Amino acid sequence: MWNSLKTMWIIFLHMFHRRVTIEYPDEKPKIPPRWRGRIILSRDPDGEERCVACYLCAAACPVDCIALQATENEHGRRYPEFFRINFSRCIFCGYCEEACPTDAIQLTPDFEMGEYNRKNLVYEKEDLLIDGTGKYPGYNFYRVAGVAIGGKSKGEAEKEAPPVDPRSLLP
Amino acid sequence: MKRAAPGVNTARVCKCEADVTTIHIDNRPYPAKDGENLLQECLSLGFNLPYFCWHPALGSVGACRQCAIKQFKNEEDKRGKIVMACMTAAKDGIRISIDDPEAREFRASVAEWLMVNHPHDCPVCDEGGECHLQDMTVMNGHVYRRHRGRKRTFHNQDLGPLVNHEMNRCIQCYRCTRFYRDYAGGRDFDALMLRDQVYFGRYQDGVLESEFSGNLVEVCPTGVFTDKTLKRHYTRKWDLQTAPSVCVHCGLGCNTIPGERYGTLRRIRNRFNGAVNGYFLCDRGRYGYEFVNSGRRIRQPLLRKHGTAPLQLASKRDALQRLGEILSSGARAIGIGSPRASIEANFALRTLVGRDQFYLGLSERDSRLLASILDILKKGPARTPSLHEVELADAVLVLGEDVANTASRLGLALRQAVRRQPEKMAIKMGIPLWNDHAVREAMQEERGPLFIATMADTRIDDIATRTFRGPPDELGRLGFAVAHALDPTAPQVPDLSSTIQTLAETIAEKLKAAERPLVISGMGCGDKAVVEAAANVAWALCNTGHAAGLCYAVPECNSLGAAMLGGDSLESALEAMDDGAVDTLIIMENDLYRRTDAAMVDRLLAVTRHIVMIDHIEHATSAKADVVLPAATFAEADGTLVNNEGRAQRFFQVFVPGNDIKDDIRGDVTGDIRESWRWLRDIIVAAGRGDDARWSSLDDVTAACARAIPNLEPILHAAPSSDFRIDSQKIPREPHRYSGRTAMHANVSVQEPEQPGDPDSPLSFSMEGYPGNPPPSLIPRFWAPGWNSVQALNKFQDEVGGPLKGGDPGERLIEPMQGKKVAYFQNVPGGFKPCAGEWLLLPMHHVFGSEELSILAPAIAELSPQPYLALNPADASDLGLAAGDEVQLHLRQRTDAPADGLTGTEPMATAEIYRLPVRFKPELLHGTAGLPAGLPGLGVLAGIALPAWGELKKAEKGIAEKGKAEKGKQVEE
Repeated sequence: MWNSLKTMWIIFLHMFHRRVTIEYPDEKPKIPPRWRGRIILSRDPDGEERCVACYLCAAACPVDCIALQATENEHGRRYPEFFRINFSRCIFCGYCEEACPTDAIQLTPDFEMGEYNRKNLVYEKEDLLIDGTGKYPGYNFYRVAGVAIGGKSKGEAEKEAPPVDPRSLLP
Repeated sequence: MKRAAPGVNTARVCKCEADVTTIHIDNRPYPAKDGENLLQECLSLGFNLPYFCWHPALGSVGACRQCAIKQFKNEEDKRGKIVMACMTAAKDGIRISIDDPEAREFRASVAEWLMVNHPHDCPVCDEGGECHLQDMTVMNGHVYRRHRGRKRTFHNQDLGPLVNHEMNRCIQCYRCTRFYRDYAGGRDFDALMLRDQVYFGRYQDGVLESEFSGNLVEVCPTGVFTDKTLKRHYTRKWDLQTAPSVCVHCGLGCNTIPGERYGTLRRIRNRFNGAVNGYFLCDRGRYGYEFVNSGRRIRQPLLRKHGTAPLQLASKRDALQRLGEILSSGARAIGIGSPRASIEANFALRTLVGRDQFYLGLSERDSRLLASILDILKKGPARTPSLHEVELADAVLVLGEDVANTASRLGLALRQAVRRQPEKMAIKMGIPLWNDHAVREAMQEERGPLFIATMADTRIDDIATRTFRGPPDELGRLGFAVAHALDPTAPQVPDLSSTIQTLAETIAEKLKAAERPLVISGMGCGDKAVVEAAANVAWALCNTGHAAGLCYAVPECNSLGAAMLGGDSLESALEAMDDGAVDTLIIMENDLYRRTDAAMVDRLLAVTRHIVMIDHIEHATSAKADVVLPAATFAEADGTLVNNEGRAQRFFQVFVPGNDIKDDIRGDVTGDIRESWRWLRDIIVAAGRGDDARWSSLDDVTAACARAIPNLEPILHAAPSSDFRIDSQKIPREPHRYSGRTAMHANVSVQEPEQPGDPDSPLSFSMEGYPGNPPPSLIPRFWAPGWNSVQALNKFQDEVGGPLKGGDPGERLIEPMQGKKVAYFQNVPGGFKPCAGEWLLLPMHHVFGSEELSILAPAIAELSPQPYLALNPADASDLGLAAGDEVQLHLRQRTDAPADGLTGTEPMATAEIYRLPVRFKPELLHGTAGLPAGLPGLGVLAGIALPAWGELKKAEKGIAEKGKAEKGKQVEE
């Protein structure tokens, strides 16, 4: 008896609290930028694909919902030939983002992905790739890596000495 | 997933009790092999001790300083000193510490120094995920980079289509040069420059000359050398579906690990088998795999509605129905098997057509050669050695076989065999054999006796004591002369020149003086006398009390297995067809146009009403078939192959081919490609022949085969049967980190297909199953916790560098009749007599090009030579030919005519005249010419059984120009 009255009293008091519920979808919720929602692939500051198809996200994925195939352009720059995420399996754990060595794959605050057909939850690279750098501005893997790509030869990456001339005998 | 803790192998048993000594590691006693280096002993005991430059096959040089441990004087000594484990011998009572903090710190700082210049490449590096440097860096606990300076860089070299070079990643361990130069005898690759700028490469860009260059990929502890063919369809090791397999590109039967992803074969890695290939493969075996992905694959059944109609795609059911109609109509069918198909496939065909209607699919000459090799090995007293035993031979005679080209891995074994005698000097000086640099210094350029008698120069001539060049007849005579010199009861060679006589005596003397003499020959020069001469030499050694080995190189992966099944030649098939009682020809995995001359095959195919072809590659023969069924390649089927040693080895299916998931996602996910034996079983059922052939798995076929042919009984034990389980689990083909399971087919259907079942083997097409080490013949990959690279192999051996735990896979089918006296072969050939106006065309084998399947791999095709005709420069100038000129070749029809029977007046078959550019080969004898064997560019010539006689003429310029002009016109059009 006493318990029921106490409960009713607490509920009554709630009438005077600030409202937490918002009128979604008329009103959009504020979501912090590190929310783990829809996955995207970002581009580096030069506008090129950041993903180098290293397969680490796929290996880290606990539900194995990422599949990709690496390929290279004629100048040796590696990128994914296809990159597929099956969001009907994704659990938004964010391991892929954590594993990504180039900041390419990122989880975004977008969660509105409901579909009537599961097939529409299979995202290909065209669906994933965005035009900006996402959460991590500035980083460009190929400026740090030792491999040569178009426009960057050996010894031109950050903190690299000019290439050794194997025909020189000077110490 | 549950991981086995990296436990210490305390239950280890040393083979030779006398060698066992006790060493103390971190104050605990362990058994170790006396005098062996401590690194190897620590690894054998199961300790994780990091290393880079040491390799079980290459020995120790102490270059990388990574395997530092602490050695103590005695129990009281607490300070100790740091020593390199790989350069310290295990002595009784030696006290060492791996866990000592100072030793740990030392090793960690070595890793840190090595990483100072290592580029930030791992995400785009092909070695990533199976990198020894990654593993060792993690093992050393080096996590943060403290060095803030600049990194040293290098330009890369273009090393050809097989190996990719990324020199920035180098940690200067010298393994590559030690393998390439010291072990494999390559000359065009070396360490250049000095101090921290040492550069490993060629003097200039260009294709690596050695046919073992692909091993650099596995020898290099990091990503300096990576597989260039893998790069084009790159997949990480953890994403590859793999299974134990056997190489199909020559007769040696090297063990391989093919890897598949998304339905295509991605690469081949070496699968260690201590008795066969050990740590290394040849490039043909490593890079020939791409024929599996070839555009020339037959992927669906094809049917021809009537005689002249084109072949059309058909369903499995229609094809089988048609075959059932053909075969149940009462007509007689004959089957042509193949030495490149498994025993089971050949046996299934034999069951379908009956024993007497089964033919081997080789020319008369090749079947006779093969049969006599099998006979010699079975009846003779000489043992056929495994490749490992070849490495232990201390005097070798190579008679007639260009092993570097026909069985390359055998050539590499010979490079080790010549070290056996000089090694004794090192032993006498007290240098342990693992101390590689010191041993090489002691040996200098000294080499054991190796005599190479071949038709032309070979790539192992540089290690030969003496070489001898001549046409097959002369080689045979030399062999007979050696046998006679060894044992006077062996037939004498009449009219022997004094030079050959003295050479024969020298060879005999050296072979006699050796402890483990070895004679190597083969089918390469297509001459029976050579095969018999080699047998005579080995038997003469055996008869005079020497345990001689006799090794024949056979051309195909199952040559000996097919020979054991029996079956006559194509010529006898034609005879059988000619009497008209036969109207159906079932050809399995065989392009007859590569076997014998085109006119004969044309006749054979013309007299048949129905031609059924079961093969995986389109070729000239399949184009003439009425029913074509898509067979599985080695990567898509299971089966047993018998190598040149007579070792039966099982290969396992790597992936389920061509499953077009779009069509039947829920039901049968397998495509139309299936094992030859399954097609044949279905044909047997469709034709209502034999109820005992309703095999449901490979085991049934193997068992039926063993029952029918008692000699083949051991193939049952080549690998565990399909009901083998460990902890009631199958062995997974996919690693536990296999990725993309729920996304790889999602573009087709978002419902994941069921994993295909595997009734044929104890392996599963899944990542689930027994996580530990499987039995040796079922190892799908080498991996151990903390050891992602191929170096994980250490965890699969009892003694690092020794056989696999549980024994090396394979069952020997042929054992010598020891102590039995056999009669020598008596047919000593007459000497070679040049024939005016005619040349004896000798087969010139090419490691890249002469084999039917590997040539379909683009990388191998790029390295294959263009068709040519090789001539002695003197002969060429007699014909008025300069290098690069074209020569007209006019083949004599009767290839088996003896040399002296040719008078020049006999009618020549004038049907075909071939034009070939001339290449000079000074070692060719006057009156002989070299024709590359088996190159696809040769067209019909590829099927000619060489040696053969032919007329040569300088090609008239006019015709050539006219030809060119016409070609130009066609291009324009």
